[in-house]
Formats: sequence, C-alpha cells, structure tokens
Amino acid sequence: MSPSSPALHLAVALDGTGWHPASWREAVARPREVFTAGYWADLVAEAERGLLDFVTFEDGLGLQSSHFLDLDGRTDQVRGRLDAVLVAARIAPLTRHIGLVPTTVVTHTEPFHISKAIATLDYVSTGRAGLRVQITARPNEAAHFGRRAIARIDRYESPVVTDLFEEAADYVEVVRRLWDSWEDDAEIRDVATGRFIDRDKLHYIDFQGRHFSVKGPSITPRPPQGQPVVTALAHQSVPYRLVARQADIGYVTPHDAGQARATVAEIRAEQEAAGRAGESLHIFGDLVVFLDDDPAAAAARRERLDTLAGEPYTSDARVFTGTPAQLADLLEELRAAGLTGFRLRPAVLGHDLPAITRGLVPELQRRGVFRRAYEAGTLRGLLGLARPANRYAAATA
Amino acid sequence: MSKPLKQIHLAAHFPGVNNTTVWSDPKAGSHIEFSSFAHFARTAERAKFDFLFLAEGLRLREQGGTIYDLDVVGRPDTFTVLAALAAVTEHLGLTGTINSTFNEPYEVARQFASLDHLSGGRSAWNVVTSWDAFTGENFRRGGFLPQQERYSRAKEFLATANELFDSWQVDEIVADPASGTFLREAKAGAFVHTGQHFDIHGQFNVPRSPQGRPVIFQAGDSEEGREFAASDADAIFSRYATLQEGQAFYTDVKNRLAKYGRGHDQLKILPAATFVLGDTDAEAEELAKQVRRQQVSGATAIKHLEFVWNRDLSAYDPDGPLPDIDPDVGEHHIARGRAQVRMYRDPLATARAWRELAAANNWSIRDLVINTGNRQNFVGSPETIARTLNDFVQADASDGFILVPHITPGGLDAFADTVVPLLQEQGVFRTEYEGPTLRDHLGLAHPDDSGSARVAS
Ligand SMILES: Cc1cc2nc3c(=O)[nH]c(=O)nc-3n(C[C@H](O)[C@H](O)[C@H](O)COP(=O)(O)O)c2cc1C
Repeated sequence: MSPSSPALHLAVALDGTGWHPASWREAVARPREVFTAGYWADLVAEAERGLLDFVTFEDGLGLQSSHFLDLDGRTDQVRGRLDAVLVAARIAPLTRHIGLVPTTVVTHTEPFHISKAIATLDYVSTGRAGLRVQITARPNEAAHFGRRAIARIDRYESPVVTDLFEEAADYVEVVRRLWDSWEDDAEIRDVATGRFIDRDKLHYIDFQGRHFSVKGPSITPRPPQGQPVVTALAHQSVPYRLVARQADIGYVTPHDAGQARATVAEIRAEQEAAGRAGESLHIFGDLVVFLDDDPAAAAARRERLDTLAGEPYTSDARVFTGTPAQLADLLEELRAAGLTGFRLRPAVLGHDLPAITRGLVPELQRRGVFRRAYEAGTLRGLLGLARPANRYAAATA
Repeated sequence: MSKPLKQIHLAAHFPGVNNTTVWSDPKAGSHIEFSSFAHFARTAERAKFDFLFLAEGLRLREQGGTIYDLDVVGRPDTFTVLAALAAVTEHLGLTGTINSTFNEPYEVARQFASLDHLSGGRSAWNVVTSWDAFTGENFRRGGFLPQQERYSRAKEFLATANELFDSWQVDEIVADPASGTFLREAKAGAFVHTGQHFDIHGQFNVPRSPQGRPVIFQAGDSEEGREFAASDADAIFSRYATLQEGQAFYTDVKNRLAKYGRGHDQLKILPAATFVLGDTDAEAEELAKQVRRQQVSGATAIKHLEFVWNRDLSAYDPDGPLPDIDPDVGEHHIARGRAQVRMYRDPLATARAWRELAAANNWSIRDLVINTGNRQNFVGSPETIARTLNDFVQADASDGFILVPHITPGGLDAFADTVVPLLQEQGVFRTEYEGPTLRDHLGLAHPDDSGSARVAS
C-alpha cells in the first residue's frame, strides 16, 4: 500500500436497522421490512449511489444479543436475520459496481460449502464478491449444531479463542485453495478429443488440518476475481495474526490515531513474519457514526436513542457524533496513522447511510481523497488489489 | 359427464452436469455464468412454468482414478444462484437440491427460510441423501452412511428443519416503535430436538417465511425413498417418463399416501423428461439422432461401456466392435461419484446381450451406446409433444414434468414459444400464475392456513 495513494476506501456495515439498538424505533427505520429483499436492495442502492467500495452484511448463527456470550431474552430490539450470503446474492443482479461482502461464521460451517457459495456470489455479481469470516464461542450457537462443545470462555484472551482462530485460519486456507483448484482455463470444450475440461488443470487440494481435512477440487470453477476478497474484524493479537496471514482486509477498532498507529504496526509486523510483506493488505478502521449537519443535532439524536434504549450505547469501535466535515477530518487523521480505509457502521441506517453517501462522500471528493466515479468493474479492482495468480498453475508451470 | 382435465405442472431443470447436456454445439453457452441462469429462468417464467430446478453434486466424478472430463463439469452453489434468480423473476418457484448427509439442519433451514423471504415465498428443497465416503472427503463430517441410516438421517433432518420453520409464529414480529416492542415473545424460535442423529436446542433466528415452510421434493427411488416421499414430501422428482413405468410408479407411490393420512393430491409426481422439438415429427426425429450423436462422442461411448465392463477400455476403437473379454465383476467399481454405478446389476448378462445386439445390427461401440442409452423422452412437432405430454398426465403417468433441455441456456426457448401455447389452448396449462407462491402454483395447502378453512368450500 503506497501511503501517497490518494484513494481512501470506504465501506458501510449493514445490520438490521442500524447499529444503535433503538435505531428501529426511528421514523426512517422500516423495521417491518428487515426480512424483505426490497429493504436490502434500497440500502445497497443508496451505498452504490455514494460510490462506496463495498457493503458488509452482518450475520450470526443465533439470535442477536446485547451480551457477549449469552442470549438476553429481550423483546425491545431487532431480533432475527436472514442468511447474509443469500441477501448479498439477492442484491447482486440489482447492482453493478459495489462490492458485496457477507459475513460467514466459520466455527460451525463447512469450508467446502462456503467456498462455492462465495465463488458463486462472485459469478452472480461479475467479480464483486468478498467474504467476512467470523468465529463464535457462544454456547447457544454451538447447541444449534450439537456437534461440538466449545468450552466456556471468561475472556477474549482465552486459549479457546486462540484455537477457534487457528481453525478459522485453516478454514480460509481451504476456501482459498478451493478457489484455486480450477485453473482459469480448465474448461477447454475440445470437440476433437471429446474433452470438456483439461483435467490436468484441476487440482486436489489435499488439505489436512487439526480440525478437518478436505480433498477438493471445488465443484465450482475459479471465480471471476480468482480470489474473492477475504476480510475479518480483529481486536487483539490473535485475530491480528489471522488478518496478517490470511486476509485481504482487516477491520480494526482504534479509538485514536495513536492506537491506529500501534495496531497497524503490529499487523504489518505479523504480515512480514508470515512472509506476505509484498502482498497488499488493507487495514480499515471501523467507526460507528451519528452524522448530522449540526453537531449538536447528532449528539441529541444519540441521546434520544440512548434514552429509548434505556442505557448509553457503547461499542468495540469508536462512536463518532458530528458533521460529515468533522468525520472527514477524523478519517484523514486516522489515514495518516496508517489506515487505508474505513468501514462505517451507521447508527441508524435510514438516516446515517444517506448522510454518508450525500454528506461525507461529497466532502471527501472535495478534498480529493475519494473517487468521483467507479473506476473498476471488480471489488479487487476498486481496492487496488491485483488478480492473484493461481497457486497451482504456478506450481506446475 | 367426463372427468375434468388434470392441469399439467411444468418445471425447468437447468442442464448443467448431466449426461444429456450437449456442450459441443456452437449454440451451447456457459453453464456457470449467471447470464445463462437468468436467461433460462426468464424463459421458464415467460412460459408460466411452476419452478426452476437445480441438481447438486458435491464431488467431481472420477472414472479409472481420474476426474471425468467428457461431460460438463462444474456448477455454482445452489442457494446463491437461486437467491440471485429471485431478483430477475417474480413468480417462478426456485427449487434447490440439497443433501441431508453433508449439511446440518440449523444451517439449511436458515438458508431455505431466507430464500423463501427473499423470493416472496418461492423456495423448494429437493432433499437428497447421497451417502458415499468419496463425497465425504470434502467435508468435516467425512464418512458415509449406509442406505438405511441415510434415510433415517434425511427423515430426521427434515423433521428437525420443520421444527425450526415452525418455531416462529406468523405474527411474532410486532415492530411497534411507540411501545418499543419488536418481538411478541422472548422465546421466538425456541426449539428442542432430541433424536438419533441430532440433539440440538436453542432459538432459530429466521422469522416465519411467506410459505411457512419450503415445498419439499424427494428424488430417491428405493423402497425407503418412496416411503420417505409418501410420508414427508410435497412432490417427487422421479425418473419414470415412459407411460407404463410412469403409471406403475405413480400408482405405487400414490397408494402409499393413505397410510400417512394424506390425500391423493398432496404429493405431485414429476418425472425428469428430455425432449427434441422440430417443425415436423420427421424433422424432430432427424434432429434427435443428431443430438444423440452429440451426447455420445466416441470417447463417451467407451466410458459408458466401462460402467458395464468395469475395466479400462481406452484401447478400444469406438467405431469398432465390442470387446470380447468379459466384465470384471470385482467389488471395486471403475466409476466414482455417479448415480449410474449400480445401474447394471448383472454385468456379465448385460455384456452378453449387448454383444448379441451389436452383432445382429452391425453396430459399433458408439452405435450401440447411442441406440441403447437414454433416448429422448419426447420427440416431435409441437403438436405431437403437447399431445403426448397431456396424454401422459391425463393417464396418470405423472402430474407433469421437469424438463431437461440438452442445450444451455436456450434449450427451453422453442418449447416456451410453441408447445406451451398449445397446452394452454387445450385448457391443461395455466395462462396466468394463480398466486405469488410456489405452493399456489402446485396447488398445495399453505401450512399456516387451518385445514378446515381449505376444506370448507
Ligand atoms: C431423478 C433423480 C434425480 C436425482 N438428483 C440428484 C441430485 O441432483 N443430487 C444428488 O446428490 N442426488 C440426486 N439423486 C439421488 C437421490 O437423492 C438418492 O440419493 C439416490 O437416488 C439413491 O437413493 P435411492 O436408493 O432411494 O434411489 C437423484 C435421484 C433421482 C431418482
């Protein structure tokens, strides 16, 4: 990543009606439509109007909860969600430029299935697919599968979590190998010999790991981007390592420029240690945003929502309240600390998403740090990531 | 008064990995690009078909220890394609084949419930039970299940999924901003399932979908498969598209319904059917011959013979005579990951019969395979095909057909333009969709309607 690059990358994290738990009670929120395609189509269309690099779709294998590990039994917040990969696929034919990055929980799912699902998302979006991998240590989610017991953790720094991240790294490795298990030109349609494919261009991945083994090849040919964009949220050294070893984008949650600088340094060092120093790896800052033209209005809105929720809103990420111009200042400051892009979490989607696309984006454009038109047809293209060579083709060439 | 005419159900099977799919024709497009799926789905919807059907395979086929390279290879992910197709269609049902052996109920139920929401009530699940360790090598679950157990897993898998679908009430989401009540009950989605294959509990996280539950298809043919269909499925994807076999299967399966307290119309029998359409019957016959030659290349003929001989026959000339050596009747089979593996129960007898047939007709290997292999089910002019399809349905050989064209993606176009209008003229096929959901198209009750409400009128 060349620091002189003028491009600042911008993504938006879509979840329910927004990241504030009382967001669904706002007049703009459309809470009854959260389980319809039209609702998501409108949100992504708005993000695409703002020329954003991509949107992410949150997901989970259990009900949302205000607690870290357990269900909260609450009925006053949005509960229930649709499968994120399917939502992304449903939107893909309705959009043309924006990247689509669904969340997948890797702890209880099959890498073979998710590899072909994301490859297919790449086909149906003609090269705009990504993936956000996430682990879960929640006992209630493990009970939905009944296949493994995950020891109860008391802290994030538990060895159990380290193990889940090790497994996630294996999972991504399998997914990536499967994407490469077909060379790009494996389909030959050679009428003379009657061969549809050149089987020498299909590869068994023969992955053997501590938690699972997978033979391959994929049943889905190599996707348009070769490797769709792999992303992960990371708060600590263990997930930083996953980002450094396996991801194209890591989302981090610094609360100021100093923390941003330290986090970036740690991830870059891990990246080098993993032998990936030469590869592009984006480090995006996550921020929750309340945006209004008047800073007092943004603060008042946050207070009003907190009152409705019955408690002040807190987050792993920094919560920003203010104007688009103030946010642009902050993003530039954090970018100077080494972040290459941002994933904004709108507090109220119906309000803060249009504030991003119609307020923040024009402000960033005025400053010359954000695109004025989509300059590439694929998500990798938008992110300045090259289309990777196929690891198996390289090995046999 | 004569019996009222049965209405025909029609569906479109995307011709991907399939021994009938012709890829060598210049008209054959991609079976992976979304534009192919979109074209195919739009044609089916233009023709007012009930649904689009996707098959599934989870391991690339092998023969003689290497990946089988003669048929179309590769397919996209079922759920992802169907969700994307929901964006380019409005009415068409979206049926996905999803295996119950290499998946978990919570995840699959989430995916089908999500698809049902995202399509406005058009999802269907063809529950298949592939079992082999060969496929298992791609999954954490690994391993294989013997025949008995895979149907017991399938049955329990479906029962568990149904418990998850039913775990949300229709009116669970209140979403009243004034009172701050989003959910009516904190326990929305609560379930407990304890059984032989699954011991799971918790809360399902997808609300009740438009159809309540996806429509359920079954596609096995064994005794276990037929019982599973009679007790649990809304429709069968069968392989019997000839009149007599079709009638026998139809009678057999429909007779099994009563013992599960189900009515004759609660299970639709829909065989897979191939067709070749021409302006005249003679032209269609000629075309059919050409298609058969495209479907069976010399190399394909040799590979097909290997199923029976169970040995490497690559040294043989497809345009020459059949091998005079006998089949290898050992345990190991030359082909892996294909349904045909158990097709020829007595290879020695089959080989003998084929040699005699070839000698009598002066057939080469390729001629033999072309003439003994799967012929197209329906060949003829639009009038002939429309009449024959209708005769089959009225004679209770089926309730309709899942049509498998041999060309991607335009293989349905002519059928939509010529055969469908004739069926509509005869009053045996819809001219407009009856309602928005797949249950509406198939005439199936909605699980959220009380039984009495339906029966009353
Ligand atoms: C018409 C038909 C279509 C089938 N399609 C699929 C398929 O797409 N994917 C799959 O894994 N199995 C498929 N099967 C296999 C069945 O699910 C089942 O595993 C197989 O028929 C063996 O079960 P049985 O012993 O009951 O026949 C199909 C079977 C039939 C009869």
